Amino acid sequence: MDPVQSAVALTVREALHTLSSSEDGGHLLSTLGALKRYLSGAENPALPGEQEEFARMHFSAVLRCLVGRLSPGWLELLPNGQLEDLWASFFLEGPADQAFLVLMESIEGAAGPSFRLMKMAQLLARFLSAGRMAAVMEGQCRQLTEPAFRLLQETLLIKVVGLPDHLGNRLQRENLEAFLPQNYFPLLGEEIMRVLQAVVDSLRGGWDCSVSFLSQVLGKACVHGRQKEILGVLVPRLTALTQGSCLWQRVCWRLVECVPDRATEALLTGLVEAASGPDVLSRLLGNLVLKSKKAQFVMTRKILFLQYRYSTPMLQSLLGYLAMDSQRRPLLRQALKELLETWGSPSAIRHAPLPQQRYISSALLICLAHLQDAELRDSQDELLASLMAGVKTRLDSSLPAVRRLGMIVAGVASARIHPDGPPLRFQYEEDELSRELLALAAPPPVADSPSEAEASPAAETPDRGSVDSGVPQAQPEGSGSDLDSDDELVPYDMSGDQELKSGKAPAYVRDCVEALTSSEDWERWEAALRALEGLIVRSPAAAREVSVELAKVLLHLEEKTSVVGFEGLRQRALVAVVVTDPAPVAEYLTSQFYALNFSLRQRIDILDVLTLAAQELSRPGRLPPQCGSPSPTSQPSSTQAPAWRAVVQERIRSKTRRFSQRSPGRGPDAGPNEFNLVAGYFFFPLIRHFDRPLVTFDLLGEDQLVLGRLVHTLGALMYLAVNTTVAVAMGKALLEFVWTLRFHGDAYVRRGLLSAVSSVLISVPAERLLADLPDELLEARPWLADVAEQDPDEDCRVLAVKALLLLEKLRDTLVPLSSP
Amino acid sequence: MAASPLPPPDPQFVLRGTQSAVHALHFFGGAQGQGRPLLLSGSLSGLVHIWSLQTRRAVATLDGHGGKCVTWLQTLPQGHLLLSQGRDLKLRLWDLAEGRNAIVDSVPVESMGFCRSSVLARGPERWMLAMPGGGSDEVQILEMPSKTSVCTLKPEADAKPGMPMCLELWQADSSPRPLLLAGYEDGSVALWDVSERKVCSRVACHPEPVMGFDFDSQKARGVSGSAEKALAVWSLDEQQALQVCRTHELTNPGIADVKIRPDRKILATAGWDHRVRVFHWWTMKPLAVLSFHSATIHSVAFATDGLLAAGSGDQRISIWSLYPIRSDASTPSLGHAEGREVGTQALA
Repeated sequence: MDPVQSAVALTVREALHTLSSSEDGGHLLSTLGALKRYLSGAENPALPGEQEEFARMHFSAVLRCLVGRLSPGWLELLPNGQLEDLWASFFLEGPADQAFLVLMESIEGAAGPSFRLMKMAQLLARFLSAGRMAAVMEGQCRQLTEPAFRLLQETLLIKVVGLPDHLGNRLQRENLEAFLPQNYFPLLGEEIMRVLQAVVDSLRGGWDCSVSFLSQVLGKACVHGRQKEILGVLVPRLTALTQGSCLWQRVCWRLVECVPDRATEALLTGLVEAASGPDVLSRLLGNLVLKSKKAQFVMTRKILFLQYRYSTPMLQSLLGYLAMDSQRRPLLRQALKELLETWGSPSAIRHAPLPQQRYISSALLICLAHLQDAELRDSQDELLASLMAGVKTRLDSSLPAVRRLGMIVAGVASARIHPDGPPLRFQYEEDELSRELLALAAPPPVADSPSEAEASPAAETPDRGSVDSGVPQAQPEGSGSDLDSDDELVPYDMSGDQELKSGKAPAYVRDCVEALTSSEDWERWEAALRALEGLIVRSPAAAREVSVELAKVLLHLEEKTSVVGFEGLRQRALVAVVVTDPAPVAEYLTSQFYALNFSLRQRIDILDVLTLAAQELSRPGRLPPQCGSPSPTSQPSSTQAPAWRAVVQERIRSKTRRFSQRSPGRGPDAGPNEFNLVAGYFFFPLIRHFDRPLVTFDLLGEDQLVLGRLVHTLGALMYLAVNTTVAVAMGKALLEFVWTLRFHGDAYVRRGLLSAVSSVLISVPAERLLADLPDELLEARPWLADVAEQDPDEDCRVLAVKALLLLEKLRDTLVPLSSP
Repeated sequence: MAASPLPPPDPQFVLRGTQSAVHALHFFGGAQGQGRPLLLSGSLSGLVHIWSLQTRRAVATLDGHGGKCVTWLQTLPQGHLLLSQGRDLKLRLWDLAEGRNAIVDSVPVESMGFCRSSVLARGPERWMLAMPGGGSDEVQILEMPSKTSVCTLKPEADAKPGMPMCLELWQADSSPRPLLLAGYEDGSVALWDVSERKVCSRVACHPEPVMGFDFDSQKARGVSGSAEKALAVWSLDEQQALQVCRTHELTNPGIADVKIRPDRKILATAGWDHRVRVFHWWTMKPLAVLSFHSATIHSVAFATDGLLAAGSGDQRISIWSLYPIRSDASTPSLGHAEGREVGTQALA
């Protein structure tokens, strides 16, 4: 045995004996003082060889012995807490890793709340605040590989990162502030920074160092979900330090590279979130995406396609990072290709939730903004093909939001991908979403990379179209320079001063029919259209004589001149015709719904008109037709805007299911539901032929938009037929209809089906439901439950829940009926 | 300016009963403090109605144009003489004194056009009449009541302004020479020196025929309306040269008549778009759009007390009271009709 070794061993053994048995304060003090000689930095220190031997072999044993002796009585053997100070100094000044491990070990080993546990916890807090954690980690960075090293490092790693958990478990309510994760992890971040500083310093000095332990700590903390706390400290500091120093950048890249694969995702998402821009990200990560497969997967697939919770600035810094280096740009092109495919894939459109679709669209536009024309041209055909396929799929969708996204993205993307040809242009109203997306398509600031500047004019072109060139023209007001003061001549309201339309309005319904069919005089044609609704309402008898003919004319009417509010005028006139003479006209319209040679627009119009007319007929307290003439003095041009709004309001109302009773505003004038007699004419012809495809019209195939409208209409008709005698028969037919379509792929159709079920539940009397439709209800229930849980469309889920609630309510009303 | 402008005004009252379109309006009396003035209206059916603004009923009907449209009515400042011009190519002179309504004289009009005549009273028994002449572009000046033709104003051969559409005889305060303003078919307005029989100045105001104008002799400024969509404001400078100051765009085309209120604060236009428009005369700021009629408005007239009348093809005459004339303001500033009287008296 080495003499040094044996000498140290002897001293330590004696000292341990004294410590464990002696109750004499002075003796203890001298013993501890002797031991302390072995710690580095003490007064009159022992030989370096002895110190090393002590640290390597005996330090842990001494610490454990000290922990073992800890009790209130023992500490009071000497006055003024001398003993305690000395005791603590061993932990704070000795080799940090061992001290830390012993501390953690003793805290975990404690049976329950006790004096010793609290003392140890306080000591640990002192240990942390004294910055010893940096020493723990720094030690690991300098250590050269030793056999037991890996195991020790593993243990240390678990303890370092798991410290808040362990302490929290142990101390329960007595936990100290310093150990709370929100305090501990920022501290850990600070310590890591100090270690990194030391590493950089020693690298400058030419010593070898390894940051892999730091990487592991960082990775594990991120896996524990503490990205925000720890990276919140690290990233700003690193951002500043890597600004001008290659060494710092290399250390930083190494730090990220060494993170174990399973922690890569947590760390990278945290970094992307915390980094303030693409350049920062680029400095921190280097070409990590090229070196690590896992990192590449996270950056180009996981964040883009599998998750969608990240904010747009995050996407911008991520994609900007990919765009910043020529080696990484192929990844960006690849990402664009895949994004475009996903964006246009029918299955993704059908199954992905709307926020994800929006997320992918934003990513797509950001990609486009970063890529240059030349790069796009290389894969132009491919991109264009998937874009066009995607546009088609999206425009076919019956959900307006999906169509809008399609239009916005297609407009921008086509201009960029195919700059030579005319860009796709769509008419959509600007809103926050479109403005936001269009802003993304604008190229990033030129400062980032000069090459982007060339691409900017092309990228701006789509914006130009949407910006309205309406410059307000300031009218210079002639200021009265003379003494004729203006103040006594206050102008009257002149808003009624509009272009005069020569009034040639026909005075009879028949004249209108004639004017609408044969007139080449467009002013007369327009006047006839404007006058028609009023004429029908005023003279129902005359309208009834020509009702079907009038309906036919109106249905086939085309907007030949640009008449303001043409759609509304035509629709209101049609509704008036149906209301005036419901049975024959409804019969005609429903038969035309399944006829050949109609456009989808016309078929949808038929449905809208039927719904509005049914609503008008079933409205309680509807005025008798002969009294309902509007005041003749009101000019049609001035009433036009409010009337149009009323139609929209009415349409909204018709699409809104109301599950509560109508407020009794029109209480007194109760009357029979006029819809009662004619509901069948409206309903049954519509439901009859839906599964028979025509050459031009295939409800179950391509024309799912119309199918969706049909289902909604049927639901509305069902709802409006409340308290009518046909309601039961209608309900039965409607439930069967719903049953055949219940797995339809289109969310809009499914929404209609679900609201139709609710309408049935509301309109058909409860006892009749149970008597006539028990099987259908039994079948519907599990289906509704299934939809409520699993449907990808949020509205569908909500509607299913509502229908389920109605079913519950139905059961509640029936149970007390049957039980007594 | 104001958060909520005044709502559009309504007529004070409406006169019905002409049973045909109203083409000419003229307020009669009222200036001399003899109660409310009478309103004269000439209709398409050739009748002249005399309305009392107190009872709001027609007090008399004059039938002197054989069923042809009455296009112009004017009373002479002294006495109770009424001039009416009709499409039967006659200019009738009526005596309305003491409830009489007899034709006292008649002047043949040689023009088939719609041009309204104009008079300039130079004394109780001496006045001058300008009316469209026999040639298509001529204006005839007569000395009345002797009916002697003073002269015929014929534009130079190369001018080709077309037919005269509206006339106004006037006399500057400073000079006794009668002047004639005439609006022509080609949209120009010309100033004639009657005694020298030559055009002093001519300016093109509109691309369409001038349908009506009015002239403010104190400010030497006039305003004219035509078949197009704009009003033109023009002025007369010291050298008696006309120049267009500005044009004012309108919503709908077609102005049949323009009148400036006697206190020269506001002016009114009779629109083919069924609306009367009221403007601030000096700034041409639009003040009101009076929509009541359902047919073209043919004529507007102001009474000396500020009342506005509008006669329309819908057989109704609407009476409006806007921006009342303040009594203290009206005393010093005389209307141009009175201004002409003053000039006349000075001559006499």
